[in-house]
Amino acid sequence: MLTGLVGGIGRSTLALLAGLGRGVLFLFRTIAAIFSLPFYIREFGHAVLTIGYFSLPVVGLTALFTGAALALQIFAGGSRFQAEAVVPSIVAIGMTRELGPVLGGLMVAARVASSIAAEIGTMKVTEQIDALVTLSTDPMRYLTAPRVLAATLTVPVLVAVGDSIGIFGGYLVGTGRLGFNTAAYLQNTVDFLETWDILSGLVKGAVFGFLVALVGCYYGMNSGRGAQGVGRATKSAVVSASVLILASNYMLTELFFTG
Amino acid sequence: MIELRGVHKAFGANQVLRGVDLVVPRGESMVVIGGSGTGKSVALKCILGLVHPDAGTILVDGQDVTGTDRESFLARFGMLFQGGALFDSLSVWQNVAFRLQRGAQRRSPVQAREIAVEKLRRVGLKPEVADLYPAELSGGMQKRVGLARAIADDPEIIFFDEPTTGLDPIMAGVINELIREIVVEMGATAMTITHDMTSVRAIADNVAMLHDGVIKWTGPVARMDASGDPYLDQFIHGRAEGPIEAVR
Repeated sequence: MLTGLVGGIGRSTLALLAGLGRGVLFLFRTIAAIFSLPFYIREFGHAVLTIGYFSLPVVGLTALFTGAALALQIFAGGSRFQAEAVVPSIVAIGMTRELGPVLGGLMVAARVASSIAAEIGTMKVTEQIDALVTLSTDPMRYLTAPRVLAATLTVPVLVAVGDSIGIFGGYLVGTGRLGFNTAAYLQNTVDFLETWDILSGLVKGAVFGFLVALVGCYYGMNSGRGAQGVGRATKSAVVSASVLILASNYMLTELFFTG
Repeated sequence: MIELRGVHKAFGANQVLRGVDLVVPRGESMVVIGGSGTGKSVALKCILGLVHPDAGTILVDGQDVTGTDRESFLARFGMLFQGGALFDSLSVWQNVAFRLQRGAQRRSPVQAREIAVEKLRRVGLKPEVADLYPAELSGGMQKRVGLARAIADDPEIIFFDEPTTGLDPIMAGVINELIREIVVEMGATAMTITHDMTSVRAIADNVAMLHDGVIKWTGPVARMDASGDPYLDQFIHGRAEGPIEAVR
């Protein structure tokens, strides 16, 4: 029994390390593919459109409701010690530093990591990846590099738009429901917001975009056989991308705002 | 000429190839037959470098395939995949012209389209098909488009993976005839894997029988029926009784 338990732990540890090794190797191969020719501009353009542009509605709606709820919460919390006036500045800081990039990243993970993993997984299962190789085209350069680069560049833009919409959500609730003066709300938002609050969120967005596309491509390329294999790859991509976003968010926050 | 010497390949505990020795002479059509799961596709993928053999050497025109520049090596090949493996996101003509629009020998879009339409005509498809997407085509049409893509850049060596699987007998006959015509007309070296005996008789100059990870018999198609090899006899006559276990 003890031997079985130790054997089980050993096998799990080996599998975990092997998976980690494959992931890191995939990361290096992706970076090498991004910085080598040929660059598939058409694929890149298509990825910018699907990852960035088509994610705008979902990211925008998420930000709008989050900003609105945040204003209500801060108002309710602040009223306990007569600090209702901080609503505009806390909404702005909360959205730009944390909620904009994290919730935007999670929405992109749900929308993009899944679709990338399903698309590339289906290509693998139907031998389209093998066909690419026989047509002298490196799948890492043709499929992975454009998607990862597009996500890294467009998610910060999505975050910037999300930040603005989130702050606007807070403004709507603040002025419509909580009785703030419109000019004072805007003045408070601008006065207390620093450039680094916004920039740090955009850097987070770039990291999250990179991770989402990387994970989607990784699971797609390593998809198992059949519909079940593609389904499993899609699920794993969304779960891993979400966990990676939250873990890296903590590390980036630690790096940017402590010490 | 393609030469495989002692090629071994295992996936985990499953030893698929156990020392495959095979020679495909230049300009001839070799058909590899064998039951499902005997490693025919793995052997083909080893030659293309899609799967790396555990042991043995693979030579193409005397050159070891692992030591050559992949891109220029693959530029000499064309491959028809079992399910067509057409790119869903590209139209039919863009699929056919895929290689023509990339790499050192890239053509202008106008030229590439012209060649693609000509290759589609060669496989019996009308120019109107060029702007459709793979999902809009029947299985037989997808196979033909796959064939047009395989021959688009006039390759020296063409591989056909189960070219007639999933097609009705008439469409299978059409594809067999096309493959034979194209191989003869282009003077290409061809290697086909199949378990369709009608296809074997229509396409092959030479036949090789793969079983248990090794080549059990190889020779000209004309000698296939009188080979005296019990494995080959059982396979070509589709008998349940014989040295090959019916339930594997």
